[in-house]
Amino acid sequence: MLELLKQSSNPEICRPLAEAVKEKAKEYYRVHGRKPAFMEVCGSHTMALARSGVKQALLNEVNLISGPGCPVCVTDQKSIDAMIALAEGEGRIICTFGDMMRVPGSRYTLMSAKTAGKDIRVLYSPMEAIKIAEQHPDKEIVFLGVGFETTIPILSLLIGEADQRGLGNFSIWMATKLVEPILRYLLDQGETQIDGFLLPGHVSIVLGEGSYSYLADEYNISGVITGFEPAELLSGIYKLIDIAASPEAKILNDHKSIVTKQGNIVARKWMATYFTHCDEAWRGIGIIPKSGLDFKPGYERYNAKKRFNVRMEEPRKTKCRCGEVIRGLVSPNECSLFGKACKPLNPIGPCMVSAEGSCSAYYQYMRESI
Amino acid sequence: MGKIISLAHGDGGELSHRLIKDVFVKIFGNNEESLFDASVVDIPGSLAAVTTDSFVIKPIFFPGGSIGKLAVAGTVNDLAVSGAIPLYITCGFVIEEGFPISDLKKIAEDMAEEACKAGVKIVAGDTKVVERGSADGVYINTTGIGAYSRSFGNRLSFKEGDAVIVTGTIGDHGIAVLAARGDLGINVPVKSDCASLNKMLDKVYQNSEGVQIVRDPTRGGVATALVELAEDFSLDILIKEELLPVKDQVHGMCDLIGYDPLYLANEGKAILIVSADEKENILEILTCFPEGKDSVVIGEVTGTEKGRLLLETPLGSKRLLSRLAGTMLPRIC
Repeated sequence: MLELLKQSSNPEICRPLAEAVKEKAKEYYRVHGRKPAFMEVCGSHTMALARSGVKQALLNEVNLISGPGCPVCVTDQKSIDAMIALAEGEGRIICTFGDMMRVPGSRYTLMSAKTAGKDIRVLYSPMEAIKIAEQHPDKEIVFLGVGFETTIPILSLLIGEADQRGLGNFSIWMATKLVEPILRYLLDQGETQIDGFLLPGHVSIVLGEGSYSYLADEYNISGVITGFEPAELLSGIYKLIDIAASPEAKILNDHKSIVTKQGNIVARKWMATYFTHCDEAWRGIGIIPKSGLDFKPGYERYNAKKRFNVRMEEPRKTKCRCGEVIRGLVSPNECSLFGKACKPLNPIGPCMVSAEGSCSAYYQYMRESI
Repeated sequence: MGKIISLAHGDGGELSHRLIKDVFVKIFGNNEESLFDASVVDIPGSLAAVTTDSFVIKPIFFPGGSIGKLAVAGTVNDLAVSGAIPLYITCGFVIEEGFPISDLKKIAEDMAEEACKAGVKIVAGDTKVVERGSADGVYINTTGIGAYSRSFGNRLSFKEGDAVIVTGTIGDHGIAVLAARGDLGINVPVKSDCASLNKMLDKVYQNSEGVQIVRDPTRGGVATALVELAEDFSLDILIKEELLPVKDQVHGMCDLIGYDPLYLANEGKAILIVSADEKENILEILTCFPEGKDSVVIGEVTGTEKGRLLLETPLGSKRLLSRLAGTMLPRIC
């Protein structure tokens, strides 16, 4: 497997493949009179495309639009403010993934709350939260549940574990998002020209190849499930140009070594055990019906939103255009704050913070690419 | 003396005396120096190089090293990359009340062993004890003194085509320490590269006139060290991603948590910028040493104007590398 991965970034394989993609894209141009425009749904794809140089190499031939797949970036500002406010309460330990630490709230970040003495812990493995809850029976342990279907099964595992161990001091602040509703929303709005989707490799492990049929059946738009190494990205784009040019849309799995047709049924069963669909607010978009998950009746004791009385305030407005960036309407450098007031060390919006954010990827890898 | 450090070990009385005598003097083997408040040392040549560094690390013991080994090797390397021959080290300990004396002994033994390997003498020391909760176990400060014989970094001597060498795989220390904290919940078989490099570098200095400058890419990693070199000497440096030596396990862990090996700490690696005509000779010398056996050229100086570091991806496109922006944080998925 490792050898295979190494081959996937071998220049002798990647460079000719990139040339082949360019040729294919030129062919598309000749027929359609414009470059093919593809949206990468996943934040890890955004990062991988920029970091590997694939995006730069195809700049003139393929329009790659970053989509709404960075979990931190799509989290509503109000929700971020609430999570930070949650940390202010006494007797709490807030557990989070690292990305959340520097996300600016209306007033400050979790990082600055930690510096000011609040107990906020960055976890590498969410299961640590259970350990912490056991070690501190006198404290309330709250896990910040941010993420898509890749992360949600892990949150289910946490609830299962807490339930089994009878932990009364553990809860989750749910701000999770689902892939299908946001893709439908983007297509329904039709604000951006999208000729096809590079579908997320990670999320698809859980959802399975079969879960995207609505794209082809209802919207007549194609998608290719793609891996993250340079050769995999190029192969995915090549195949997407190929099927996007044909009149009949279809979904192709180009990540078969990992993604199966039916996905991870066990993980989805776990999700369904504890969670049910709910309306969810997306940054820069607003509420999309049934686009998030909330606790099922019977598990509400794990719901931090019910457990703690956190004051929800209207967020402070900035000129940040993250909302438009995640909808694919503008590219990061079109925001007046980009690279000036907003940089990785002092980000204004979440897209500059997360390792998977479009602005961060653009700043780190494309700002002065040659 | 007891099994754990108490505040009395730091009050200058009997227990302090015993701690110093039974742990540090005994293990460091400096009976003579301990009689006086200051050590008198001999420095060959007329110039001395001096450096100081403080070591705080969690966990204190990790695969491939400990805070003790690090405190000696780190300071030795700071002298060695500056072109000095490390000779003496002083050490100051800040110890938390309740710290096990057996651990302190192990740390001192690691320091003595590394000092012996590097050929430096520990000539002065100090111990302070702070209340439980006021420190995290133990902190060590070391100051190094070396004989300064060569000067590097002559702005005019850098040339287009100068080679950038790294003396082995990058990011091992960063990942080893992260894994040793147990946070990852994954057993990662990577050891810290923590090692003194002075003997290897001295051999290079003695056998080649081609060294332009040397740095040790510790915190901030290879990328940050090279950005600093590029800016300090107005060098345009181009490194190639496909040439970077990264262990499979380090690569895998970085992919998993969203870290970049270029920004991970190293504690036993040096970066050398050397003239093109000497690079083969220098590589040959470096690869003779166990700590340099994986030395490779990772890039070159492409100009002496702009002062920036570029990375060429396997696809041939180039991108600008900056210093590490804040702490690296693990990502969500």
